[in-house]
Amino acid sequence: MSTPRASGYFRTSYERDIALLDTRTQKAALAALALLLLGFPLLDTPFLLDLANQVLLAVVGAVALMLLTGFAGQVSLGHAGLLAAGAFTTGVLFKEVGAPFWVTLPASALTGAILGVVFGLPSLRLRGLYLAVSTLALHFIVIYAGNEYESQRGYSTGVVIDPPGIGDWVLSDARGWYVVLLACAASAVLFALNLLRSNTGRAWRAVHGREAVAEALGINVPAYKVLAFVISSTMTSVAGCLFAYYRGFVSAEAFSLFLTIQYVAMIIIGGMGSILGAVLGAVFVTLFPYLIEWMMNVLPVPQSWANSVFAVNYTAFGLVMILFLLFEPQGLVGIWHRMQNYFLLWPFRHRPVSGSQ
Amino acid sequence: MQLAINIAVLASIYALISCGYVLIYRVSRVLNLAHGELMMLGAYGLYATASLFSGHPLLAVGVAGLLALTVGGSVYVLLMRRMTGEAVLSAVLATIALGILLRGAMVLTWTAQEQHPLEALGFSSSSLSLGDAKLSTVGLVLILTTVTVYAGLYVFLRYTSWGIRMRAAGQNPLLAAQRGIGLHGIYALAWGLSTFTGGLAGMLIACDGALDQTMVVIGLKAFPAALVGGLDSLLGALAGALIIATAEVLLIYYVNPLLSDVVPFLVLLAMLIVRPWGLFGTKEELDRV
Repeated sequence: MSTPRASGYFRTSYERDIALLDTRTQKAALAALALLLLGFPLLDTPFLLDLANQVLLAVVGAVALMLLTGFAGQVSLGHAGLLAAGAFTTGVLFKEVGAPFWVTLPASALTGAILGVVFGLPSLRLRGLYLAVSTLALHFIVIYAGNEYESQRGYSTGVVIDPPGIGDWVLSDARGWYVVLLACAASAVLFALNLLRSNTGRAWRAVHGREAVAEALGINVPAYKVLAFVISSTMTSVAGCLFAYYRGFVSAEAFSLFLTIQYVAMIIIGGMGSILGAVLGAVFVTLFPYLIEWMMNVLPVPQSWANSVFAVNYTAFGLVMILFLLFEPQGLVGIWHRMQNYFLLWPFRHRPVSGSQ
Repeated sequence: MQLAINIAVLASIYALISCGYVLIYRVSRVLNLAHGELMMLGAYGLYATASLFSGHPLLAVGVAGLLALTVGGSVYVLLMRRMTGEAVLSAVLATIALGILLRGAMVLTWTAQEQHPLEALGFSSSSLSLGDAKLSTVGLVLILTTVTVYAGLYVFLRYTSWGIRMRAAGQNPLLAAQRGIGLHGIYALAWGLSTFTGGLAGMLIACDGALDQTMVVIGLKAFPAALVGGLDSLLGALAGALIIATAEVLLIYYVNPLLSDVVPFLVLLAMLIVRPWGLFGTKEELDRV
């Protein structure tokens, strides 16, 4: 794709052009990364594994949101609502009919797909701000439905879910979860990358660029918009289902507006319009509260701050988000590309002006 | 009767808050999702001044109002000014980020405990009885304030030169700038006024009940009111507030109290499907090639 390279790299066929990996270095780097990720659970610290699992869960959600907002250009502020929908589908099915995970997972995906149509329909009439607002409204409605279920059935503190399992094998230890979630996150990323180099991805980019022109190119704009919502919310809903099983617990309070903001922050901080950005953003935003907590332990801070860690988190998180919006709109991916460029072009500072060669 | 009074009080709360959304949107096309937090900041400002100038409630309220005005203006100068020219979404996200920042900072400064600014001002809550219904004094003040604020905004936008400039900047920023209107000044003033009215609402709500983190939710619920009426119309905000408040009070009373948080958004969704630009808003141009 558009990663910087030291020399001109010419593709001679269409297959080469859309290939995900096209140099030997990239393949080696990917293999090294895969080894590193697979070797990670050998570290026997439950805390680190839990962190990694949270990151992997966030990656699935962030990639889904990135497909919708970063590529198809449809703003959504209802992400937490969709996660909640998946989690509650799982919780309700488990509680009411004792459904195993191979029922709840597809059911969550189905709920997500249906909600995707519902969330997507306003996008046919509304755009930009108004669309964001309508998804926000849907978020509140989904959360209300979850709350209503909890209070009607008397699970006022939340629904407890048993860990999933096949036969005698039960998925409950952090290491097992790591492998499962790694597979999920990797397939989400791969799915997104493949989607983006196909017709669908190109159509989304065209719709993002300018709807009228996309329409003139023969792209069925309404269909692709709704498709973007459906795919994104199906993925999100599945992430919600995984989240419910991982936590073993579903409660409407876990899916506040702040969660939506966190996901939006992931794609902003990571860098709009890049799957790598979604991954980096998910890592950053998930680890951020732990970083803050660690810093509060190391740095001398007033005692009153130590008692309200969440407030410090909010403050720091808002500040970081503002700083990124103001000074690094390209996000972490922008920084990464600049670093790559710096070393590739050294000792020069800039690429030659195009056309001067 | 009690229902009617409840509706009137809730409607004036929503109206007072939503005029802040409308002011900023109308002038600079930015949706300020930090309005709830700015409103809460206004209320905490009153709490701070009340303990600073104890015994002089009027002075405390005046200083708190001035503070809110300054805070609003400086939000524009320090943050939103840099967002002009960026995509609409970035500006909205900047306000969301500001909201989170403010929420955290307020808890750090004033703790998450409930505060009672009314007691700090040296008053105690009382209520008037109208027939068989009750209306708290603060509720009455709230209704009167809303009426005054809307009348004041009408006169300001209609007859004063700054108000006319503000409308011009909202209608067509480029032409307005060409005619020598300082856009940054106008935008800062709009932010200041919006935070001022929001702050007033925050102060009065805090006086009516208590001051804690839940106020943000009220701020967010007022925003459908602005949208239902039309984001660029003050009259619309008034009508929207009335509609939302009526729906909310009646549904809570007759159906289910849990609905409270969701009713405004249900109404909003219905409105977005039928008439996205709101009751009194201007229909925005769709993009053409």
